[in-house]
Amino acid sequence: MSGEEFVPLSLTPMLIGVFAAVACALPGNFLLLRRQALIGDAISHVVLPGIVVAFLLTGMISAWPMMLGAAGAAVVAVVLIEAIRRLGRIEPGAAMGVVFTTMFALGVLLLEQSDTSAVHLDVEHALYGNLESLIWLDATGWGSLLDPQALRYLPIELPRMALTLVGVCLFIALFWRALKISTFDEGFARTMGIRTNLLGLGLVITAAVAAVAAFDAVGSIIVIAMFICPAASARMMTNRLEAQIGWSVGFAVLAAVLGYVLAGYGPLWLGGQDAVSAAGMIATVSGGGLAVAAKCGPCRSRAGAPAGV
Amino acid sequence: MLLDAFTLQLGYNATLVAIGAALLGTAAGITGTFLFLRKRALVSDAVSHATLPGVCIAFLLMALAGGDGRNLAGLLLGSAVSAGIGLWCMNWLTRNTRLAEDAAIGAVLSVFFGFGIVLLTVIQTLGVGQKAGLEGFLLGSTAGMLYSDALVIAAGGAVTLLLVLLTRRPMTLVAFDPEYAAARGLPVERIDLLMMGLVMAVTVVGLKIVGLILIVALLIIPAVTARFWSERSDHVVLLAGLFGGIAAYIGAALSASAPNLPTGPIIVLVSFALFALSLFLAPNRGVLAAVLRHMRFQRRVHLRQGLLALAQGQAIYESLTLRLLRRAGLLRADGVATAKGQARAAKALRDERRWEVVRGDVTQEAAAALYDGLRDIETVLTVDQIQEIDRRIGGPREVLS
Repeated sequence: MSGEEFVPLSLTPMLIGVFAAVACALPGNFLLLRRQALIGDAISHVVLPGIVVAFLLTGMISAWPMMLGAAGAAVVAVVLIEAIRRLGRIEPGAAMGVVFTTMFALGVLLLEQSDTSAVHLDVEHALYGNLESLIWLDATGWGSLLDPQALRYLPIELPRMALTLVGVCLFIALFWRALKISTFDEGFARTMGIRTNLLGLGLVITAAVAAVAAFDAVGSIIVIAMFICPAASARMMTNRLEAQIGWSVGFAVLAAVLGYVLAGYGPLWLGGQDAVSAAGMIATVSGGGLAVAAKCGPCRSRAGAPAGV
Repeated sequence: MLLDAFTLQLGYNATLVAIGAALLGTAAGITGTFLFLRKRALVSDAVSHATLPGVCIAFLLMALAGGDGRNLAGLLLGSAVSAGIGLWCMNWLTRNTRLAEDAAIGAVLSVFFGFGIVLLTVIQTLGVGQKAGLEGFLLGSTAGMLYSDALVIAAGGAVTLLLVLLTRRPMTLVAFDPEYAAARGLPVERIDLLMMGLVMAVTVVGLKIVGLILIVALLIIPAVTARFWSERSDHVVLLAGLFGGIAAYIGAALSASAPNLPTGPIIVLVSFALFALSLFLAPNRGVLAAVLRHMRFQRRVHLRQGLLALAQGQAIYESLTLRLLRRAGLLRADGVATAKGQARAAKALRDERRWEVVRGDVTQEAAAALYDGLRDIETVLTVDQIQEIDRRIGGPREVLS
């Protein structure tokens, strides 16, 4: 494939997909180990009302208010889940189910009630994003990567996603030791003076930021898949956290690239004419990775359990 | 208009939808209760998302076979098959790998849903059959509901209810104590499978009305709501069915009464309103009841401590204590105890002394364990026992010397 075709049409969506996948997979590792894997699911549902409210308030589709709205909704959801869990003495899973379905329903209702037909804002878009449309029309080939004129017209999602990824990496690098200790032994972490509650909240907020940024670019379904599948696959490959994070990044990148290629070119190879949803395909490929890891990963069974149990 | 909606006067379609929704809500509430009591509420999320690929494949097959691809029974059959596969994958992941159930739920729901979306775009690009309406399965669409659709939903709901009725006892036992159930010789795994199968049936039946993303709400919210009102599992099951049915009926009627009110989200919001009401107002487990209980406790502590202070001639500065004592007529405005107050105070101090004896006596250990500084000693010991203690500590004495 030539650079003239690849750079403008496929390079940016692929990069955005990779960045989004890695940004979600990194906190996903810790969420998985802390048995909070479904936080990603909850967050990706509740950002819908946040985005719709931001749109209704500002009256336009622009990135920052929507990101703020989505982040606000995520915080509201976390607070609500915690409040319902404590006030009603309900198990966390059910409390989460109550909150995220209600907020999602509210988002759908607001969307239907408001006049958003003129703008590109609908539930389907929120679910599967529009990765394919994030093309870089000003690029003419690989040389454009060095051309400041063309670089100015990069899709805004690319630098934003890259920035989010850097932020997520920074959070994990800065709090690496504390995160690691509190993930495996919260009581011990507390005796060492680590504020585990704050740290847990920080992790959830980091995950929410990654989810919201990725949601804007690639839709919510990829977010849920990337929070769980790469980390779960990596968990089957190793017992060491460092190695697990490395594996999860590998799985995430593989899923993003392979999924994008399969979605874009797979139908053509099979004789079809149009591409299929890239976000859906990336999620599917990550599931394939998990299936392989669950079947053949060296550390797939529970530690201490005899084989075959 | 609203009254018309509630009394089913809004035409054929609205009536069909309202009755179908109420049946569905009842079935979902009852089934969801077992799931909630088993602490596996979010499994329904995986099941519902896993239906999407099945719907799409069934549509493709039916369209390729020459039909219009929108036969509801066919689509529901497809969704049931793929939900079953998703459920099997989830069980396999939790049983055979180190993944916890929540990770397995998330993996299944995201991968199946992603694959379903791929298939949806395939259907769009192939341009076969009457694709309009297929996306309605995401969020439900009741606009074009046919009589045959309603029949499918009603039959599905009725079969689900019948199955629950037949298997409620073993399911309750497994939900509360799977180990005990296994020890009794019940096939716990098969009962779990049946529970999931019922959830799957409700999900599949509900796809048309509330859509696969929001059916989870109908399974979880009524059960959680009902739990506030009762501590008995059979009552919770019935209440959950009632709440689910009411919410679905009101929601369907509301959504028919005005334009741009999608049925699924309205039903979910109505059930959340019922939930919020229960959270605050339910007796015993509700927030209001807890606040009242706390305030009652606080008043008892303050009154008791105030009486003890009066008896020992100590000055009281705490404003709540003063207010309570005055309101009970035990204290005059100038801070001097009334006759009644003096009597009550002496009694309180004497009870405290009696408790001291009880707590120092090894043979009275069981009674002493009930001491919390508030309990009246008469409710724990017999008159004879109290007289015995009084004999030991002697008659009333002047406290201030």
